Parts: sequence; structure tokens; C-alpha cells
Amino acid sequence: MRLAKQRTALKTLRTLLLLPILVAGVVSVQAQSPTYGVGRTPTEGEIRLWDIAIGPKGEELPVGSGTVDMGSELYLSKGCAGCHGTIGSGGMAPRLIKRDAGPNADPWDYGRVLPIRSPYATTVWDFINRAMPLGAEGTLTADEVYSLTAYLFFLNDVVEDGTELNEKTLPQIQMPNRTNWEQVPDWFPGQPRLEGYPY
Amino acid sequence: MSQKKTDRREFLKRSAAVAGAVGLGAVKPALGQDTPVAPEPGAFIRGSDEMTAYGSRSRFVDSVRIPHGGRESPDSFGLDFHIATPLQDSVGEITPSSLHYMGTTRGSFVPDIDPDEHRLMVHGMVDNPIVFSMEDLKRMPSVTRNHFIECAGNRSRSSHTTIQQTHGMTSNAEWTGVLLSTVLKEAGVHADADWVVAEGVEEVKGASSIPMTKAMDDCLLCYGMNGEPVRPQQGFPLRLLAPGFEGIFNVKWLRRIKVVDEYYMTYNDFGHLTRDPVNAALGYQIGPKSVITYPSGSQQLPGAGFYEIGGLAWSGGGRVSRVEISTDGGRSWKDADIRGTAHPMAHTRFSYEWEWDGSECELQSRCIDEIGQIQPSRQQALDFWSTDGERATFVKGQDNSIQPWRIASDGSVHNAIS
Repeated sequence: MRLAKQRTALKTLRTLLLLPILVAGVVSVQAQSPTYGVGRTPTEGEIRLWDIAIGPKGEELPVGSGTVDMGSELYLSKGCAGCHGTIGSGGMAPRLIKRDAGPNADPWDYGRVLPIRSPYATTVWDFINRAMPLGAEGTLTADEVYSLTAYLFFLNDVVEDGTELNEKTLPQIQMPNRTNWEQVPDWFPGQPRLEGYPY
Repeated sequence: MSQKKTDRREFLKRSAAVAGAVGLGAVKPALGQDTPVAPEPGAFIRGSDEMTAYGSRSRFVDSVRIPHGGRESPDSFGLDFHIATPLQDSVGEITPSSLHYMGTTRGSFVPDIDPDEHRLMVHGMVDNPIVFSMEDLKRMPSVTRNHFIECAGNRSRSSHTTIQQTHGMTSNAEWTGVLLSTVLKEAGVHADADWVVAEGVEEVKGASSIPMTKAMDDCLLCYGMNGEPVRPQQGFPLRLLAPGFEGIFNVKWLRRIKVVDEYYMTYNDFGHLTRDPVNAALGYQIGPKSVITYPSGSQQLPGAGFYEIGGLAWSGGGRVSRVEISTDGGRSWKDADIRGTAHPMAHTRFSYEWEWDGSECELQSRCIDEIGQIQPSRQQALDFWSTDGERATFVKGQDNSIQPWRIASDGSVHNAIS
């Protein structure tokens, strides 16, 4: 009740605040030009090299592919099993395989397990790519990351055995929590953190 | 009031040495002496090239940070995780850079970055992608502002005995740098870009999604901290400050701002993932909060008499407008004095003149911010979310509830959180 009201209020506020921005957007057809002219324009190559945050649409994914089979081998050869356990659990590092929550389980009952809880497959690819393996971050090739991602999804029944993932198919994976989470509400300066909450 | 002041002067005259000694827990009192003495002949700090070049504190001051969050920092690999600031020894509002709390995403090596090699790239949905060197950034219009940072895990537990454990994952510094909005305007942000992704250069390349409304409001690209370059543990040579947002948004070792059209669900963002709309809403802006730093847990009052109660208040919602003190466990409240200037999203020092009668009591402070948010007691916060059928057991979002300190009749101070 309280929240429904809060959302309506925020939506109205958002529309009001965005109005001038929308108008400005329509009026200014020309690109904005810099005021100070400090710094330089990056090359395409420089941008591609650093552009590693993968959004839900997967636009930043590099060309490549990998399979569940390759992933299961890499999981051992790259040392993942050493910290995450041989089947994705039992190690000192975070669990990678869902907990048994019975048939027709609510996906939130699988535990805080990235490759099943994440609403987007891209987050899983992104994190393996940027942050694994521990101590050798950034050494995996794109194909290896596709393979490891496919293997973790296979372990969690998100994809079937034999699946091959690439930059086109990965963002299309329907994770069980794809819409089963709460968006952070719009933020505006000077607003209480939650309308109707005095604290 | 005047009576109170006279009492105070009398008290001070009677026990000047004792009062002076107990004010700061970190300064070791000269035991058994009640008159000031000159240093022993020859007791001076010999000058050295090091002391000439970069001064250091007295060897009698031993206030230090401690590992926090149930994990060693550094661990056996040399990774730092969470390190808490000694708020019990704090005076004023600024946390010395060497004592500023530190947090990393999952445990991280501190990058050793040559500032001449460091670059910040701003790209994505912009008209003009730009790469800045540190020299470039220092040519841009700058601002200097006081801001606190607080870790989302800064939560008082009944097992904690000191304020360093209950509240040590927040600190406050004077930050200098370029407003993110200045840089974003320079790049020319597209009208339909609602978010930025800020990313660091450490091995995990911690990245957070930040609303464009916040990025354009007061986020700061900081190269300066307390009058000198940002310390390596704080993101040298460049860190993002998202004033009033949970610690993890304040991306350190910043190398990239990408302007995007949606929430990116980075791994840092995944840490905030919830299906509870309340937790989602309470997951970034920190609520009004305060804590009494003296007297606080594990300190010892030497006896009945006058004390200046001191503490810090802050809010992610803006300036602290009022702080209230209760000396009777929350039954009655009186206004504390705000010391200095209350800056937006900054630790604000408060004090309260108090005559302790020597009997057991409970001290509390509560913060009211400029947008009217009130720091709740733990009871109030839990009551708010409890329903007839179910009693809430956890303060939702970042815990901003009131910290009670119990003063026992022997002058010992204890954490009274249940």
C-alpha cells in the first residue's frame, strides 16, 4: 500500500523532472561541444580494450563461443575447483551450484548463487571475465569465459548439456529471476530514501 | 546555565589533570601525577630528515585501525578486506587519512599506480568520448568538500564491545576533485542515458551502476584527500565519491565512466539484488545516523562529575539539522550543540554538557537531517516493518538505528544494543 503510493508519486515526480530534459533533447539536434577542451579523444581500440562491463543486452560481449564440455574441463584445468569445490560447492569460495529446494522451487530458495540467482546471464560472464581466476584475473580468453559460463549454467539446469554459447545467444538466456527482482527506484536529490518511511 | 558553567569551572579546577588525561583514550596519562611537569632534560624528539620531510604523530599516541568483518586484513595473501577506523579517539570531524576506514569488494590488493600513467576514460552514450590524464583532470574546475563514506555493513551487534566495532566502518574527509557533472557535460551526455557505470582498475575491477540523477548532482572525481593526494588504500590516484551513497558506490582506483541507458547489474550491483522493494529502495542512500564517541563502549569514566559528551552525526539525505541526546535510555531528549558547520553528507560533530551523578544510566544520540528524516531506535525500525503476524528482526537497508551506551555505576561503558 505504502509502496504503491510511493511509486506513483515517484513516477509523477520523474515525469515532471524529465520534462525539461526531454524538451532540451528535442531542441538540441547538434552534438554538444566541449567547454574546456581538456583531454583527448580515445581511439576505438582503447575503448574496446576497457569496455568490459557487460550490460543486460550484451552489446559489449566479444565475438567468441564456448561449450559446456569445454567448460567442465576448464573448471578443473584453470583451478576453479580448488576454491569452489569440484562440483561447484564445498570450497572456501562462494558456492556456484544451486541448493536443492525441491520441485517447483522458488528460484530465490536456491541460495545466493550467482549463476542461478542473477537476473542476467551477462553478469555471470562479466564477473568470470573480470575477476577470475583469483590471482590470474584477466587471463581467460573470451572463448574460455563462454565455456565456463555455459558449464555453470549447465550445473544449475539453466542450459542443457551440449549447449554452445556465443555473443549472440548468451544475452538471450532466460534466467529464472529475469524479472523476479525489484528494480532500485528512481533517485532524486533531496528525497527521503523511502517515501512514507520516517527514518 | 550560569550555575552549570560555574560548576564546570570548579570541577575543572579541582581535577584538571585527570580530566585532561581521560578526554582522549589514546593519550596515555602520566599516572600518579596531578601537576603538570616539564619533559625530562633530554626528552625531546630529535630532528631527522624524515621528520623534516613528512611529520609523524607522537609516540604516545597509539590510536590504530583494526580488521573488521570477521576476516583478517591483510590476509595470508596480502589482500585487504575491511578495516575499521578508531572513532573512540576521534576529535573534530575529519578522519586522518591514515586512519580512514577501508573496504574492498571481496578482498583486494591495493593497486600501486603511477599517476603519470593513470587515465580516466569517459565514454558510452556521449557525444565526445574523452580520456583524461591526471594532469588533465587537475586543469579542470575543482571543488573541495567534506563528505563521509560508510560501508553498508556498518551494523552494531550485541557482541561488539567498542565503537570501533559497532561504527568504525565510516569516516569523513575533505575531498578535492572535479565534479562528475563537469566531466559529463564536457562529454555531452545523451538525453536517454539514465545510468553511469563507474569502474576501478584493481584486479577485480569493481564496478557500480549509479543513477544519472546522482552523477549529475554531486558525485566527485577525487584526487585530493585532507590536503594531499588520495591515499592508495582510498583509491590513489583517483576515486569516485557518491556522497551519502553506500560505500561500494564510491569506486576507487577509478579508470572508467561509461554512460549507459539501463541498470547494468554489475557484480557489485548483484550484491544489492533483492526482491524486497523496501530493501531495494533502502539499498543506496544512507539514512540519518549518529553515535556518541565519548563516552563509548569499553571506555572508563573516572567518577561522577562533569563530562562533555561528544559524538558524530551524518546523513545521506543532506545536512544534519539537529542532534538530540538522551541520558535516560531514550525516555527524554535534549538538543545537543552542533560544533562547527554541518555540511551536506558529512560527519558533523556534536556535544552535550553532562553532569553524571554516578548512577547507572544509558546514553543515546539521535540525528535529524534537513529533509526531516529521524534516526530510529532499533525498536522503532523493527516496529515499522512488523505486521500482526510477523515480527521484523532485522533493520532493513543499511542499519542507522540509535546506539545505546550503558554507563555502569563503576564508570565502565558497555554496548547496550540488544
